[in-house]
Amino acid sequence: MNEVLLRSLTPSVLGVLVRRGADFAAAEDAAQDALVEALRVWPADPPRDPKGWLVTVAWRKFLDATRSDAARRRREDLVDVEPAPGPAPATDDTLQLYFLCAHPSLTPSSAVALTLRAVGGLTTRQIAQAYLVPEATMAQRISRAKRTVSDVRFDRPGDVANVLRVLYLVFNEGYSGDVDLAAEAIRLTRQLAAAIDHPEVAGLLALMLLHHARRAARTAPDGSLVPLAEQDRGRWDTGAIAEGVAILQAALARDRLGEFQAQAAIAALHADARTAEETDWVQIVEWYDELVRLTDSPVVRLNRAVAVGEADGPRAGLAALAALDDTLPRHTAVAAYLHERDGDPGTAARLYAEAARKAPNLAERDHLTRQAARLNDRHGL
Amino acid sequence: MAKYLLLKHYRGAPAAVNDVPMDRWTPEEISAHVQYMQDFATRLEGTGEFVDGQALAPEGTFVRYDGEGRPPVTDGPFAETKDLIAGWMVIDVDSYERALELAGELSAAPGKGGEPIHEWLEVRPFLTAPPTVTE
Repeated sequence: MNEVLLRSLTPSVLGVLVRRGADFAAAEDAAQDALVEALRVWPADPPRDPKGWLVTVAWRKFLDATRSDAARRRREDLVDVEPAPGPAPATDDTLQLYFLCAHPSLTPSSAVALTLRAVGGLTTRQIAQAYLVPEATMAQRISRAKRTVSDVRFDRPGDVANVLRVLYLVFNEGYSGDVDLAAEAIRLTRQLAAAIDHPEVAGLLALMLLHHARRAARTAPDGSLVPLAEQDRGRWDTGAIAEGVAILQAALARDRLGEFQAQAAIAALHADARTAEETDWVQIVEWYDELVRLTDSPVVRLNRAVAVGEADGPRAGLAALAALDDTLPRHTAVAAYLHERDGDPGTAARLYAEAARKAPNLAERDHLTRQAARLNDRHGL
Repeated sequence: MAKYLLLKHYRGAPAAVNDVPMDRWTPEEISAHVQYMQDFATRLEGTGEFVDGQALAPEGTFVRYDGEGRPPVTDGPFAETKDLIAGWMVIDVDSYERALELAGELSAAPGKGGEPIHEWLEVRPFLTAPPTVTE
């Protein structure tokens, strides 16, 4: 059974139910029930018309659910006006779903969960596994999110920037479980790009493809992090890079720059370099300047300091770093790196050990501890 | 079956035998240690005894209610806290003896020179739900 195909049908099934008069929350529950049923039944008994099957089952689930509560009368009215099943324009519905699930009244974690279920067609259990929380907790998070957006009109265009933030979160903070959230984020962004013509949607898709292309090279067989400069570039996915670059170039040509296009441009410059030494750091610094202008983010300024260190030498990088708040996450790690490049292994080792204590995750902590150990070992410190 | 918490401390426990800070190991020794910990968890998943394992950042903040309509009181993080929990593993095993045996194995993770670190771990039984049969 093709689970991705099944998942890709979810938003249009949901859209059909809403057009038939079901409210969003009930329709979404029914679509989820149909999906779970399909996962159970399809492997042994695949339907000839998958979407038709899902619509029929979801509609029946919806009627079953409303039959049991006070909405019985309303349901009977709905059955009377039920339109004939058949092909329906799915694209607009899907776009509206993206806007609704990323509505600004939702917290980021709620928007992510709702998007993955209603647009992505993942089950509550899969989402719970991916974010390492109990299934009941995730189910509550999703039903609260649906209550929050229950008064939002389904037919109004929303702000695409909200949707992009949610998709970026899914891509960037996918943890574990049997679903590859990074790949899922790419699929959802690709689907969004097909539904709306917007250079930042293209920019985000390009950014995801360019980072995803490096995934195999990013970890060693023992699970430890491999920094960009040390990655085996032969293991980068050249197909994904080519696609990302092409999408980015088309977006940039429209001259409506945004932060995702600028981030993707930096990723593309790294992808262009056959070796770490060939990296065009001068151009990368220029893109960071654009990003600082677009976002004024301290994290961007920190990354810019690294790029300056490569383009103009570690002293220049340290000078750029000195202008920044030293409580910024990863500030100490960047300082350690620049001091090592500046030929001061003692300071670098001390700062790497300090950065390890402040590391936000285990992989980074282990990596930074290894950096400190490497310098202490090599220089007999 | 009974659940036990294996607690690892940054500070507060007696010093380990092979008590060299990790950044004074070689990178290979660090890799061997990380691999040992991963293999241990994987093996306990295989035997059906693993429940959960998490690592904690070294610094935390104490928080206290400060009365109606007032923001909570915070204190810390403290540079010199006597006892600091570094992380835990929860296991579900048949006996207290098995819990001790596994804690002993975890404490033998290799450190400097590839030698076991002999680190102190704290084993704490969970308080469980009351049994159905009471007579």
